[in-house]
Amino acid sequence: MSEYFDPAKYEGWVCADCNIPLQLSKVDVSYLGNSFPVDLLKCPNCGLVLIPEELALGKMAEVEKALEDK
Amino acid sequence: MDQKQLREQENRCIQEQAPACAAICPAHVDVRGIAAEIAKGDVVAALKLYRKAVPFPGIISRICDQPCKAVCLRKDLGGSIEIAALERACLEFGSSSEETVKQLPRKSKTVAVIGGGISGLTVAHDLARKGWGVVIFEAGDRLGGGLWKSPPDLLPRDVLINDLKIIEELEIEVRLNMSVGGSGANGHGTFLGKLSQEFDAIFLGVGPHSSEIPDLQMNDNGQIAIDPLTFQTSNEKVFAGGDVLRVSTLYPNRELKHSAILSISDGRRAAVSIDRFLQKVSLTASRVNEGSYETKLYTNTSTTTSQAPLIETDLSTRYNIEVAETEAARCIQCECLECVKVCPYLDHYKGYPKKYIRETYNNLAIVMGTRHSNQFINTCALCGLCAEVCPTDVNMGEVCHEARVTMVDQKRMPPSAHDFALRDMAFSNGEKFALAHSAPGLDSASYVFFPGCQLSGSTPEYVEKSYAFLRENFDNNVGLMLRCCGAPADWAARKDLFAQSQNEFYAEYEKLGKPKVILSCSSCYQMFQKHYPDVEIVSFWDVMNEHGKFKKREFPAPITIHDPCSTRRESHIHDSIREIITKMGGEIQELPLSREKTECCSFGGVMWLANRPVAEKMVQQRINESPLDYVTYCAMCRDFFARKGKRTLHIFDYIFGEEKSDLAAAPAVGFSQRHENRARLKEKLLRDLWSETMPDSGAFESIRLVLPEDVQKQVEDRLILVEDMQKVIEYAERTGKRMLNNSTKHYLAYFKPNSVTYWVEYTKNDDGSFLIYKAYSHRMEVGIGAPK
Ligand code: SF4
Ligand code: SF4
Ligand code: SF4
Ligand SMILES: [Zn+2]
Repeated sequence: MSEYFDPAKYEGWVCADCNIPLQLSKVDVSYLGNSFPVDLLKCPNCGLVLIPEELALGKMAEVEKALEDK
Repeated sequence: MDQKQLREQENRCIQEQAPACAAICPAHVDVRGIAAEIAKGDVVAALKLYRKAVPFPGIISRICDQPCKAVCLRKDLGGSIEIAALERACLEFGSSSEETVKQLPRKSKTVAVIGGGISGLTVAHDLARKGWGVVIFEAGDRLGGGLWKSPPDLLPRDVLINDLKIIEELEIEVRLNMSVGGSGANGHGTFLGKLSQEFDAIFLGVGPHSSEIPDLQMNDNGQIAIDPLTFQTSNEKVFAGGDVLRVSTLYPNRELKHSAILSISDGRRAAVSIDRFLQKVSLTASRVNEGSYETKLYTNTSTTTSQAPLIETDLSTRYNIEVAETEAARCIQCECLECVKVCPYLDHYKGYPKKYIRETYNNLAIVMGTRHSNQFINTCALCGLCAEVCPTDVNMGEVCHEARVTMVDQKRMPPSAHDFALRDMAFSNGEKFALAHSAPGLDSASYVFFPGCQLSGSTPEYVEKSYAFLRENFDNNVGLMLRCCGAPADWAARKDLFAQSQNEFYAEYEKLGKPKVILSCSSCYQMFQKHYPDVEIVSFWDVMNEHGKFKKREFPAPITIHDPCSTRRESHIHDSIREIITKMGGEIQELPLSREKTECCSFGGVMWLANRPVAEKMVQQRINESPLDYVTYCAMCRDFFARKGKRTLHIFDYIFGEEKSDLAAAPAVGFSQRHENRARLKEKLLRDLWSETMPDSGAFESIRLVLPEDVQKQVEDRLILVEDMQKVIEYAERTGKRMLNNSTKHYLAYFKPNSVTYWVEYTKNDDGSFLIYKAYSHRMEVGIGAPK
């Protein structure tokens, strides 16, 4: 789903807890028993993940709806 | 809902029934379709429809006795549609030389058709096209039988000859000058007996000649006995149709009224039987609505204005194309759609209940794969208006509610459909709002006031005032119960949650000594009617009307009343409201749809949450119905209209509101505010009336938020509550789990307090409050590190 947001737009974000920049890596997102690996920005130390607004309201919402009707 | 109930509702919808014209037409010419095509300028398509029903269109369009005209719904609205004239126009303007007749490959069996009149020709035509061999035996020296007796100026001979060419094109063998002859002594040696041996089936269509009826059983009227469904005679190989069925050996000289279209219909129906007979399949299976019948279709013509044909028309009139189009446009295009006309939801999905119920049924049966009707089912407001206007009482609200019950049972209800409303209900039944007390100073109650969660959310001050009014009028013996009636759970078909809410109610109700419950919210009233049959209830509005002392108010103009849809069956409440307004000096102009025909504001059935665009159509339709200020008596109706900019008052605004302020223009109350209003109401009443304090609040509640106006609008739109954002920030600040943007210095954090993950971008102000830049949410779960 990384193609549904622009990682470059989120370059300035760091994990405030670990004080290190977030890095693009594979994260599992799941809903109603279905799981998808997605490239997301994530803290390499503590695993905190950033879900961008456009992803949450765009592709994610779409997939949620589709899975709910399955 | 079990299949039977669904089917039963589906069958009741008569929208798919044929219009009166096509039903009465023995050949079921699609008059409505033909008129529609001509009106939009497509005579070729119109002719195609005509040809489908009538194999000899030139002939019929000139001599048809037009039984359709007697039943056409235009009859008393300017005169029946001139159908035959339109049919002639189809032929004149829609024919082309490229028309070809489709014919199936030749099969081995052959049928004898006795009689070359119109019924026999129809049988020959239909069977030849299906590939059966056909031989026509005609007593005279040409085909056409009685057609040749029609006056030539009515049926020009070239038209007749031209229509009959198809017999040759279909390679039907014609044997002329072959008479059937009278009845033989014992069946052997007769013409029919010989043909039975030679052919696989026989059609007897000898016309109105009783002397020519061969050895077949007769009925008591002296007519050939046939099975009325299949046209089969006592000889299983022999089928009969046309005028021969109407002659009687008892009255051989009786004049017969010939109907060419009836003969065509007989021929068609006999041909269906013969085809099945030759294929050795059931002659009777699924044969409905053949021949002339009266339709069950209902069409409302109350708003149709009278309009006469452009020119006087009889069977010899020929229209030019403009006249034909104008005439075709006069067709009312009969159909029902009574429910669809009043319900924007039913209209939105471009169908009608019969189709919808079928789709609903199919949807529920899907085991694997996408259920496309889920949102449709969840969008219905369950308001019951459809049943009110339907000639056969089809109630889509019941269908959709039962479908939801099934979806929940099947564990196939989309979790997001009702979640927000159910959480709102949980809030109202939680410690922030729920309260049950007898009146200050009393241990039990004769009455208890149940204002409902939405009035408390919108205008808590009116709850206080109406409670005071009730105590004054009933010797202080009125308790108070703050909670939700369970409507969202009922609408979402969550029987479990409803039962839980109900049990909590009963526990408190019994503690109070089973008082009479006074309800001001019409949704609560409906829920109590439906689910609390043993609880005695009374409408607040009936009490107010009886006991209230009303001062005259300023009414600069007449007002109109919007009855909440949940009062549909409660005419006593409609009356009370109107009386109260009249007592205050208001002049009422009723909406076209009011009282038992009122419309839903889109709150019903959790529609507003399940499908926002359709819900908005619903609101828009309602508020467009009158430019006057609306007065209603449901807090949600008021807020839904106000949100769309419609000047709307809650009747409490007149009773308790300040006269000077323009309350009709007051903004709608947002979701977070509703929670806060409820909690504050409880706190204030506890303190003022019972000297009690609220239970302790959660740590997150001390988080103070600052929301710029656009952010406020954004979160309201996204159904994110202040308390959701408080929880995110409380969690992030306590655990340090947040992200920081190095250039803007904004924090971004997330938290999942329920099935939804909320995100908040914020900074901390110097005074310790938090400035919010945006908030959003999703339901998908993030694999690792997702805080719960
Ligand atoms: S108005 Fe049109 S559809 Fe209705 S009965 Fe007449 S011809 Fe048929
Ligand atoms: S009102 Fe609606 S449900 Fe009732 S018969 Fe007509 S189309 Fe069908
Ligand atoms: S919204 Fe009301 S009128 Fe429309 S289908 Fe549902 S119950 Fe019927
Ligand atoms: Zn980290």
